[in-house]
Order: sequence, then C-alpha cells, then structure tokens
Amino acid sequence: MTKAYVFAAGPLLWVSVIVFAAGCLLRLGRLAWLARKKDRPVYAYMSAHYALRSIGRWLVPMGTESMRKHPVTTVVSFAFHAAVVLVPLFLFAHVLLFYEAFGISWWTLPEEAAYAGTLVVLAGLVYFFARRLIRPEVRYLSGPADFALLVLVALPFATGLWAFHHGPGVRVVMLLHVLSGEALLAAIPFTKLSHMFLFPFLRGYMGSEFGSVRHARDW
Amino acid sequence: MDWEPGKKSVAEPSAWSQALLVELAVSPDGERLAAVLREEGSARVVVNGEPWETSFDKAWYLRFSPDGRLTALVNADMKWTVAVDGKPWEAAFGFAWNTLFSRAGDVMAACVQDNGRYLAAVDGKPWKQGFFDLSDLVLSAEGGRTAAVVQAKALAEGDVFAFDQGAFAVAVDGKPWDNTFVNCWTPVFSPDASSVAAQVRTSPREYTVAVDGKPWEQGFACVWEPRFSPADGSVTVPARTPKGWALVRDGRPLWDKTFAQVLSHEYSPDGSRVAAVVAPSFGKWTVAVDGRPWRARFDQAVFDLCFSPDSGRVAATVRHRGKWTLACDGTTWDESFDMVGPPVFSPDGSRLAARVRRGDTWTVFVDGKPAGDAYARAFDPVFNDDGVRVLVRGISARGLYFRQVVAL
Amino acid sequence: MEQTSTQTGDQGLEKSVARLTPDQIAKTLGEILKSEGGARLKAYVKTCMSCGLCADACHFYLSHENDPRFSPAGKVKQTIAPLLKKKGAVDPEFIKRAALVAFTQCNLCKRCVMYCPFGVDVAWLMLFVRRLCSRLGVVPQYIQDTAHSHSVTKNQMWVKEDEWIDTVFWQEEEAAEEVPGLTIPLEREGADIMYSVIAPEPKFRAQLIYQAAVMFHAAGVSWTMPATPGWDNSDMAMYTGENEIMGRLKRAHFEAAMRLRVKRIVMGECGHALRSVHDMGNRWLGWKTPPVPVTHAIEFYWELLESGKIRVAKKLKTPVTLHDPCNVARGLGLHEKARDVMAALCEDFVEMHPNREYNICCGAGGGVINCGPPHKAERLAASSAKAKQLFDARTRGARTIIAPCHNCHGGLEDIVEHHHLGMDLKFLGDVIYECMEKPWKKDEEEQGR
Ligand code: SF4
Ligand code: SF4
Repeated sequence: MTKAYVFAAGPLLWVSVIVFAAGCLLRLGRLAWLARKKDRPVYAYMSAHYALRSIGRWLVPMGTESMRKHPVTTVVSFAFHAAVVLVPLFLFAHVLLFYEAFGISWWTLPEEAAYAGTLVVLAGLVYFFARRLIRPEVRYLSGPADFALLVLVALPFATGLWAFHHGPGVRVVMLLHVLSGEALLAAIPFTKLSHMFLFPFLRGYMGSEFGSVRHARDW
Repeated sequence: MDWEPGKKSVAEPSAWSQALLVELAVSPDGERLAAVLREEGSARVVVNGEPWETSFDKAWYLRFSPDGRLTALVNADMKWTVAVDGKPWEAAFGFAWNTLFSRAGDVMAACVQDNGRYLAAVDGKPWKQGFFDLSDLVLSAEGGRTAAVVQAKALAEGDVFAFDQGAFAVAVDGKPWDNTFVNCWTPVFSPDASSVAAQVRTSPREYTVAVDGKPWEQGFACVWEPRFSPADGSVTVPARTPKGWALVRDGRPLWDKTFAQVLSHEYSPDGSRVAAVVAPSFGKWTVAVDGRPWRARFDQAVFDLCFSPDSGRVAATVRHRGKWTLACDGTTWDESFDMVGPPVFSPDGSRLAARVRRGDTWTVFVDGKPAGDAYARAFDPVFNDDGVRVLVRGISARGLYFRQVVAL
Repeated sequence: MEQTSTQTGDQGLEKSVARLTPDQIAKTLGEILKSEGGARLKAYVKTCMSCGLCADACHFYLSHENDPRFSPAGKVKQTIAPLLKKKGAVDPEFIKRAALVAFTQCNLCKRCVMYCPFGVDVAWLMLFVRRLCSRLGVVPQYIQDTAHSHSVTKNQMWVKEDEWIDTVFWQEEEAAEEVPGLTIPLEREGADIMYSVIAPEPKFRAQLIYQAAVMFHAAGVSWTMPATPGWDNSDMAMYTGENEIMGRLKRAHFEAAMRLRVKRIVMGECGHALRSVHDMGNRWLGWKTPPVPVTHAIEFYWELLESGKIRVAKKLKTPVTLHDPCNVARGLGLHEKARDVMAALCEDFVEMHPNREYNICCGAGGGVINCGPPHKAERLAASSAKAKQLFDARTRGARTIIAPCHNCHGGLEDIVEHHHLGMDLKFLGDVIYECMEKPWKKDEEEQGR
C-alpha cells in the first residue's frame, strides 16, 4: 500500500504533470499548425485588443447577455470554476508536499476556505449532473462521456474530502485521491476539459472577428 | 499627329447647346471631344461642336476606336445598333452592347440580341446563328475572329440536373464547340487567332481549361483566365492545386512556387516572360515574374498588370493602406493617390505614365512626377514614338477641354 | 420525441440523395475533411461542452417550443459532430437529414455565437456542412439554381446583360420624368462611387434603383453603375458552400469597381451581400479587406443626412420599428447609424426587443428563403419567436417595420402575413425618398405660378 502510494505520489505524479503539460502544448501546437495550413485568416484577423476585450467580458460574472439569461448556472459556473482551480493549487496539504520535495512554497488557502471550496466543486458537479439530466436541451446534447467527465472531476475532490474527514479506509482513499487527481490532470488535454486552455484562444478569435471585422459586440 | 509642346483649348461643350450632357469621349490624338447630348426624348452625338447628322432616340457608350473613328450604341425605332462616325450599321437589333475594337481599330464587334437570340456582330454583320445567351465576347487582335461563351442548350427553369449535364460552350465566329460544359468563361484567342482557350467547369466541382473545345485531362479546384504564350502557343492558367494556387502550363505546374492566390497573369509581348498578380500569403499582394515575386508587398490590391511594349518591364496599379499608386519592376512610386488610371508605357518601355486622382483633380504623372496641368477629369496619357513627349487630355473645372503636349 | 419527416418534395435533396452510395460519400467527404477540415472545425466541435447555453439564442429552438434538436449545438450533434467522428463515412439518409438541418434550419445568423461562452461558431459549422453536402450534389433545388445563375450570369436571377442595361435605361427614363436632368450614369469611369445592387432589384423591385437615382441626384453624388457583369453584389453561392463561385462573383464585382476607377463601392440595402463582399468572398480570394472600400446603404444614407446633402422635408408620421438585419448589425455594427437615420426621418420610433446585435433573425437569411417553396411551411413554423417580438412592438404602436435588407423583407412579409400582424414593410430608401426635400418640386411650383 505504502509502496503504491509512494509510486503514485512520486513518479506517477511526474508522468501526469508531463502528460498534462506536453499534451496541452501539443494540442495547441497542432491547432496552431493546422490553422496556419488551412485557416490562414485566423492569424490575419487576430487582434490582441479585441481578443482581450472579449475574454475580459466573459470573465466578469454577469458580464454578458448569455450569463444574465441564466443567472443560476452563471453563479454556479463561476463559483465552481474558481474553486476547481484554486483549491488544488492553494491547498495547504498540496503546498506542503511541494515544499517538502522542492523547498518552494506559496500562499495557501485557509482551511475553512479550502473546505468550502471543495464543497462548492462537488455541489457544482451535482448541479451540472442534474442539469444534464433535467434540462431537455442539455440532456439531448449529453453523452456518456459528458457524465463520465463530471465523475472524473468529482473523484479527487470527493476522495480529498473523505481523507480530510478521516473516513474509513482512508489509506485506500488517499491512494485513490492521488490517482484520480493525476488521471484528471492527464485527461485535460485529451478530453473536453481542454476547454480550460482553449478558451482564451477561441474566445479571443471570436472577439477579434467581432471587434475588428464585424464591429459588433460578442457578448 | 501634332507633338508640338503646348496647351490648347479644343472645345467647350457647355457652349454647344443647352441640352443635357450625359457622356464624353476624347479621340486618341486628342484633337476631338465628343459628347452625347440629350433633350426632349432624343440624343445627339456632337463632335467638337458639330452634331452627327442623325439624332437617335438614345445614344450611349461613346467610344473612339484606336483608328480614330467614333462609335456609339444607338437606338432608333425601337432597334439598337452601333453607329460609326454618325452612320449606323445597316443591321439593327433588339439590343446591342459592349463595343469591341481590334488592336488597330479597323474591325469592330458588339454583342447583340434579336428576338431573344443572342449573338455577336462584326462590322455590322451578325453571326449566322444565335443562342439562348451570350457573354464574355472577345475579338481577336487582328480583328478577324470573334469568340464568346454561349448557352448552346435550352435549360428549363430550375432544372439543376440538366445544368449539371452542361449547356454552355464557346462559339467561335458563331460556331459553337461540339463539347458543352457546366460553365465556360473568358475565352481568349491564340496570338495567330487559330485557337481559342477558355476556363471550363467539366463537372459541378471540377475546373480546367479547354482549348478548341477539348478540356485538359487535369482538373483543378478552381481556375482563372487562361493565356496563350506568344512564344510557343502553350496555354497557361492560374489554378488551385492541392498545394495552393499555381500557374499551370498545359496541365502541369509551370513554377515551383505556390501561392495563397494567383489572379490574373500576362505574357510579355515577345513571350519570353510571364507575370502574375499573386498573394504569397493571405492579405499580402505582389507581382511574380517568372515565378519570382517582387520584394514589395501591398496589403489591399494589385490590378492592371501589364508589360511594356519592348517586354522589358512590368507594371501594375497597387493599393496599399488605403492609397493607390503604381509599381514597376518591384519599385513603387513615391507618391500615392486616391485613385490611379491604368499604367501606360512609352513604346520603348523607358517611361511609365498614368493619370492619378487627388481629391477632385486628376493629373498625369510620368515616372512618379506630374506632367502637365491638373484637371477635373483626365484621360489616359499617350506617348509619342520615342517617348520624349506625352499627350495630356483633360477637362478643366469650368468644363473646357484641353489638349496639352508636354516635353519630358 | 417523434422523428421529423425528411420528405420535402425538394428534388435537389430527394433525387440527389437517391443517387448517392455510402462509398461515394465516404470517399468525397473523407477527402474534403482532410483537405479543408482546419483548426476552427476541430476546435469548435471538440470544445463544445454540450452545455446548451446557446439554445435560447436560436429562434428555431424558441419557435419550436424548445425542441432541443433545433438548438445550435443540437444541429451540430445531428450533422458535423458524427461526420467528423466517422470521418465522413455516413449513409445517404444521414446526408439528407444533415442537408435539411444545415440548409433550412439555420439562418447562419450567428446569434448563438454571442451566447456561447466559447464563441463556438455554429453558423460557420453549418456552412461547412453545406459545403460538404454541396460537394455531394445535395443542395435544395431553388438555391442551387440561384447559385447556377451566379455562375453563368454573375447575378442572382438569370438577368442577361442586355436586360440589366435596359432596366437601368427604363428606370432612368421614369426617374427623369419626375426629376428633370436626372441621369443614371452607366460606365462613368472616374466617378466617386460605384453603386451595386442585387439582382432582385432590376428583376422585381426596379423602383429601388429609381429611388436611389433620385436620392443621389438630389445629393449631387458622383456615381456610376457597371454595364458589365459585376453590377450584382449578391451571392447565394456563399450559402450553398460553392466558395469557388463565390470568389468568382466577388472578383467580378471588385474588378468592375477597379476598372471604373471609383473610390468606393456603395451597396444597396442588402445584408447577405454585405457579408459576401465585406467578410467572406474577399477572404476566399485572399483579400484581408475589400480591395475597394465598401459602404453599406445605411452608412451612406447616414453620411448624406449628416452632411446635409439630403434634407428631410417632412418626417414620417406613422409609428415605425426597426429590424436590425443580422448581416448589418451583428455583421458590421451599423445598428446605431441605422437609428440615427431613423431619428432623422421618423417622428415616432418604437424599438423592438431584443434589438441591435441581439435582434432575432427574420428567418429568411442565410439562404433559407432561397431554398424556396418546398421549405416555406417549415420556415414559417420557425417564425413564432420573431412574430412575438413584432407583435410586442405592434402593441406599443408600431405599424411599419423598417428592414434595410432584401432577405429580411421577404422573410418578414411572410411572417406578418402568416401571423396576421397587419404591419407593412419599408426600406430605409423608401422612407428617405418619401421624406426628402426635392428641390426640383419647388422649382416646378415656382414655374407654375
Ligand atoms: S446561427 Fe442563428 S439560426 Fe443558426 S443555430 Fe445559431 S442562432 Fe440558430
Ligand atoms: S455551442 Fe457553446 S453554448 Fe452551445 S452547447 Fe456548445 S459550448 Fe455550450
């Protein structure tokens, strides 16, 4: 068990980080190359000003017409996305591990905040899951992969919460926590989770098109 | 022709009559100004104040032939025809339009429509046969022959399936090719007028060139206007290949480079060189001569591509950052303008001129510098044989027409 | 959910699909997906989170009582997503359904793009599907015929060269009867502007050319129109996915302007033509911006009114509302200028809601109305969202709808009739012509005295 944990938290972690980083770069690189070959105008019309204008808009809660039309989903989405990024990055336990390994540390979330954040993530996932089931327009679009993705995201947070509460089987759960976290990280570039790093490019391109060619808002 | 430097006022059309002046044209030697004057349901052509004998119900498209004869499209008794120096062609038609001249101007042609049939007429003589439709009429340089795209087969309204079978052909001197195509465009004569090449669509998705009705074996995603090489009679065409746009000769790539776009292309008169308007990358335009693009890039347009008569130089009008100017052999004139006319080379190719527009005035520029006065309207400059004089023809803001010869 | 019928009575779909074999489909589509399936295609389809937030942006979805198949992402799910996954290996029935969705259930209005957090451009994707279908020869008959007309005559309505010139002469004659000294200058090289129209103008609405001539005459505009192909700025080939024909058309249009040495092109009140000239056709040719600047009628009217070249004699009294055409509002941000023009012309202006970039499409755009009678019922079945919006403006007083776009006119006329809204439609040009000061009238009166 311990061996497995050491392996998971050591080499395997490296693997997942590398897969994540290399995967993201690879996909971005491939898209950039494809665009150069077949969508030349994409480069011609990209405008930093309009790209940032649009990205900025879409990062402000209730900043767009679409968000105002779906206030609950918007609130849940923003809270969820903030928590899903902040909690793992600034969790005291994660930073501590990093410090022990490399002697580098950074600001950490207060325990209550991290706890609340985890709950927000899980609640958000439940909301998304329910939304996929209940809303006909979303259910129509949802396939097994979409639900699986929600579970994939839920796992590290649920196991983390379990471990924090020292629930039964905590050692197994910890192992699961590490493994699922790594799986999630490694899955980002190859699943729809890639929206994480594609968002600025897609949004930026659309912002540029609307700003510099169409002279209209895209929010 | 009078090449004595100086400026003289030739005509003042506003003094000719109270009638509404609707169109103007100037003779190649600059000695005559012609106008269409309209009044009370009739139109009269007037040259230097002298009206043509007959007036017409309508007259328009005043054009001087290169040999100095004046033509207009005229309408009388509900029939249209071409009038030359006041004399209408004997034959008249339901409609006549698009007057064309041979290089020397001795032969004229026009598109005509009679009783719903479409054909061409050369010096008043219509083709023997008419078609459902006609477009892209060309007259060979020496004037002997005509060719046009014609709809050779009837198409029921909305019959997209029959359309795909091909209903269009090129008719040469009124005789259509045996083959029909989905589309034909821009026929062109070989220098000796013995052959005709045209763009064709062999299926809804395949484009190529057909020479005398026979399509090339190779198909492309798209093609533009073909040209015959004056040197060896081969046919070239800009074509979209899987690698990009290329200049293709007799079905095979001529240059090793491909481009984001290759629009028009032209041969030097001696056939030794070929130039094309190309976009090396999206939104960047230039001219490539024998496959080598100029260093300069223009962000909006390159147009009016032409070689000098001695085949030595290539020029084009270019638009960059909202302004037009001329570029020749890769070098752009220093000044840029709101608009420019087509480039005109002196016969030996040593000088290059064009009329240019700034605000509301037009001036003739030679080699990037003004020659002659500014006018409210100017016509294309003309060089004398050794290129040391240029003829400037312009109409002043007050409506006076001037002929000005400038020593260079 | 019951399966909607794909029996359309449209020969362009039925007969063409009947000729297809699965092998042929796989081969053709495989090739084109490989050669043209670029980064945008991949990024759009793969980034879509199936969140459904785009659904209520789409009037098809709204009008079909929130049937998810009509949501933007729902259309992707029925068309390009499986096509990509199977690399084009689908059966003929799939192609037919995909063609039906892409050609008749999406106006390419891009409203959904503004509502999707990622800016997934479903309109762009549907256009891609149309191109795939067109490569297989599966295109609704009416719009295919229109694209064929473009390929032959370089205009939308099989108008022959002599017919165009003759129509201009006819309108010139008529207008000169009202306005002494008026001309419509064909082929006037060196004029300031080239005015271009769409072929339905000479064919069905020739009075629009008349009105434009009167306006330009009053304003002292130096203008011309070509007597050659290139006079028509419209482009249904853009909407059938025949980009090669689109490029050919735009080249003819721009080269006519360059040959006539005009400073710019002013185009009539048309939306899709603006999209073709300003956004799509030029791009296909490699022109990042149009080689000759293009001004849409709205903007030109705005200039004429703003500069005082055209003065308003009496404002329109009837309460009016404004429909912002997708291709001029979302397409070029002309909605504020349109309102300035309205303010100058109309006493009583009633906004419809939503408006500006958020306006709901007329249901005709994107070539949908051009798919013709076989699809009209289907089009009107998707019109209740628009009808509601119009009805609301009507209850607040609006009696006339101003729509500065030909397609919108067609679409809105049908909706008004179908839903018994009792409103009438006008172009901005109609209103200007009606309200402008006509100096020659005064002269005549003085002479009569
Ligand atoms: S482009 Fe318009 S019609 Fe098409 S899916 Fe989007 S909102 Fe609907
Ligand atoms: S297109 Fe955009 S809004 Fe629509 S489901 Fe996909 S990601 Fe969501």
